[in-house]
Amino acid sequence: MALLEVENLVARYGRITALDGIALTVEQGEIVTLIGANGAGKTTTLRTISGLVRPAAGTIRFDGRDISKLAPNDIVRAGISHSPEGRHVFPRMTVRENLELGAYTRTAKSEIAEDTEQVLGIFPRLRERYEQKAGTMSGGEQQMLAIARAMMSRPRLLLLDEPSLGLSPILVQTIFGVIRDINARGTTVLLIEQNARQALAVAARGYVLEVGRIAHSGAAAELSASEAVRAAYLGGAA
Amino acid sequence: MDVFLQQLINGLSLGGIYALIALGYTMVYGIIELINFAHGDVYTLGTFFSLAILTLLGVTGIVTGPALIVVVAVTILGAMILCGLTGVIVERLAYRRLRNAPKLAPLITAIGMSFILENLMLYWHGPSPIPFPAVIPNPAVGLGSVTIQAKQIMVIVLAVVLMVVLQVFVYNTKLGKAMRATAQDKDAAQLMGININTTIALTFLIGSALAGAAGFVSGVYYGSTWFLNGFAAGLKAFTAAVLGGIGNLAGAMLGGFLIGLTEAMTTQFISDQWSNVVVFSVLVLVLIFRPTGLLGESLPNKV
Repeated sequence: MALLEVENLVARYGRITALDGIALTVEQGEIVTLIGANGAGKTTTLRTISGLVRPAAGTIRFDGRDISKLAPNDIVRAGISHSPEGRHVFPRMTVRENLELGAYTRTAKSEIAEDTEQVLGIFPRLRERYEQKAGTMSGGEQQMLAIARAMMSRPRLLLLDEPSLGLSPILVQTIFGVIRDINARGTTVLLIEQNARQALAVAARGYVLEVGRIAHSGAAAELSASEAVRAAYLGGAA
Repeated sequence: MDVFLQQLINGLSLGGIYALIALGYTMVYGIIELINFAHGDVYTLGTFFSLAILTLLGVTGIVTGPALIVVVAVTILGAMILCGLTGVIVERLAYRRLRNAPKLAPLITAIGMSFILENLMLYWHGPSPIPFPAVIPNPAVGLGSVTIQAKQIMVIVLAVVLMVVLQVFVYNTKLGKAMRATAQDKDAAQLMGININTTIALTFLIGSALAGAAGFVSGVYYGSTWFLNGFAAGLKAFTAAVLGGIGNLAGAMLGGFLIGLTEAMTTQFISDQWSNVVVFSVLVLVLIFRPTGLLGESLPNKV
């Protein structure tokens, strides 16, 4: 049984259909990526999985349990953590407070302290900025904080929406290294990226979204080699 | 100088009441960006509930000895609980469904809620002023030529104690942190596992409970109330919240005391007919130079 199973997922904003019957699975321990153009429905897919958007139809099963009607806060408790598009750090709170909120659903103080040490080890920059307000930090630092904060709930499945958006090429490399690292420690990852080449390099499998439907899917290497995907998302013939 | 000191005391006690009400405006605005026009009426309800509790306790005048502490504690707590529940019910019935509606819809609804509460109180006690029992003995303490009344001390002490408790709650507890997170970013707060409906209800509970405490204090302080009492007081408390920087707790307290002082000083040194003019002129002047209010933050939400 897959960790995450999405079937026939439909989501609408008013009269606009954003997701028109999506099916995807994520196995325990995998990195899976969703690629596609702006407006294809990538972000909506993640927002529906984490409960911020109510599905109009379809099921979302996490660890065998239907979570499609749960509130976002209950979905976090079930073991899914979402680092949203646009970072959404709490601007008037410090790095420390943001990380504490990431662990909001947890109570074991010693484990939280351990995980705080771990994410500060992954992102040394956050240790330097520990008592600084998140809103005063650079975009790259905020992105690191958003990922670190999402890890603080000790999720079984981590949803990452455009973690490399707006970052310098060096930072992009760092972030993808971190994603590999997080995955190696046992967290399953569902990743959205504009940077399809990088995403397919780090992922085991991928799905290509086109206007609310899955157009292609398969092993990352196959997608990278596919003519149709190369032409549309990898900047033509390489 | 003595007159000035006297008015300083008067202004601080008046300001304590405004500050307690202003906290409710600023908390609700901070968390759902709604100007809760019904809040001034919740304050009046606080006085009405206090009166009902005192009547139940059989209190019609001054209480002395140990009974005084019991009566005051029971009445304040009762008024706080009842007003807090009123706030929660108002939010649940009138505002929650409109949370994602255009801003004007909940605003108009708030004005409607204000009328509903006012008319319920009109139905309850009629249109005339209602006497409120003195409750506490009121010996005036002389300090030189300045006299401080016991009830003024009560107002100031109660206001300061409640504000300290609120600060500690908001900045040092997990629920307080959840409130601040919800105020700053609702989507992100939910993704942390925070139930924002509960958190917003809690904000209404606390803000309205503070108005309830202010309602009791104002009954004792003025010795009477009526169903429209909260209209003017609510407007000034809202002004206090804006003056201090709406959404900012310390700002609401500072604004409350400043407005109380301005009113007292104007009444003494100019004329009480001018007090509203001066209060709102101060507001306009402050906003010209600091549009976000005295302590308002201008940190952008998105960088």
